[in-house]
Amino acid sequence: MSDTHALPLTNGADSPGKLNFYLMHEHHPENGTLLGFWLYLMSDCLIFACLFAVYGVLGRNYAGGPTGAQIFELPTVAINTSLLLLSSITYGFSMLEMQRNRKSATLIWLGITGLLGAGFIFLELREFLHLISIGAGPQRSAFLSSFFTLVATHGLHVTFGIIWLITLMVQTGKLGLTPENKRRLMCLSMFWHFLDVVWVGVFTFVYLMGVLP
Amino acid sequence: MTAHTDLIPQDGHADDHGHHGHDTSGSHSTLKGYMTGFILSVILTAIPFWIVMSGGLHSSNTTALVVLGLAAVQIVVHMIYFLHMNSKSEGGWTLLALIFTIVLVVIALSGSIWVMFHLDHNMMPSMMQQQIQNTP
Repeated sequence: MSDTHALPLTNGADSPGKLNFYLMHEHHPENGTLLGFWLYLMSDCLIFACLFAVYGVLGRNYAGGPTGAQIFELPTVAINTSLLLLSSITYGFSMLEMQRNRKSATLIWLGITGLLGAGFIFLELREFLHLISIGAGPQRSAFLSSFFTLVATHGLHVTFGIIWLITLMVQTGKLGLTPENKRRLMCLSMFWHFLDVVWVGVFTFVYLMGVLP
Repeated sequence: MTAHTDLIPQDGHADDHGHHGHDTSGSHSTLKGYMTGFILSVILTAIPFWIVMSGGLHSSNTTALVVLGLAAVQIVVHMIYFLHMNSKSEGGWTLLALIFTIVLVVIALSGSIWVMFHLDHNMMPSMMQQQIQNTP
């Protein structure tokens, strides 16, 4: 303390700007939304971690019912995976167009992203309906309960992502690429890419490891 | 970034236009970055699918380890190239939150599977006996 008192007397006159007991320009993020959204994604990540843990514990309890090797159709999963991966890169293209302030190109890429996402949901629903129709619904065994919970939670996230995407397309179409809309699009970008990351875990842990003997 | 904030006074909220480049952590994203990430993820997706669909390696355990390892690499690729993760964004807070989450996820996953595996291991014989006793 004595040092800080002494300093102004000696140096204060020479360079008044140098002596600050608080940070004049502390680096605040100018907009906390993206950090806050990232924290939301991390909490979402914990939800998925719990569901993955449940699947890890219950995934081999077939209760005499069908096993993963019997019901998983890897070609469909491969198509689903490529749809989601493609939608990630098209969303990336949309963000690049957004940076260049090209509204219509942004909207076109967003539309393609939404269609790819819808294709993913369509294939997933078809798989679910097929499983339920052959008697491998969520009530059949612990394995199928945890499978449906985990995969459908991811599918629900994608569905809400598509609803959000359509909302933002309408807003951007009406109001243009305003700073607010850009911020929202960047939040959705994080959400969308995050869902792709979760899907990497799903197809690896559930589908690929599920068909292994 | 710091050079900017030193020169521009922080009362600049009146003109929001000056903020464009600032509040966008994705403003560094480039076509090259996205394409690199995309090509890497296609490769990292194709390999595990090919391994499993062509019948897997010698043992299931090896296959599972290889597939899990490739998935871990792919997740890192997605984090860097698609989510633009780096130690600088938002003053390092995103990375800190991510590390914290990864620690929690690892504890939750490995802990659950470990504990429940031992529980199964310890419970199974007695439950089997009970079932056998109940059946006649």
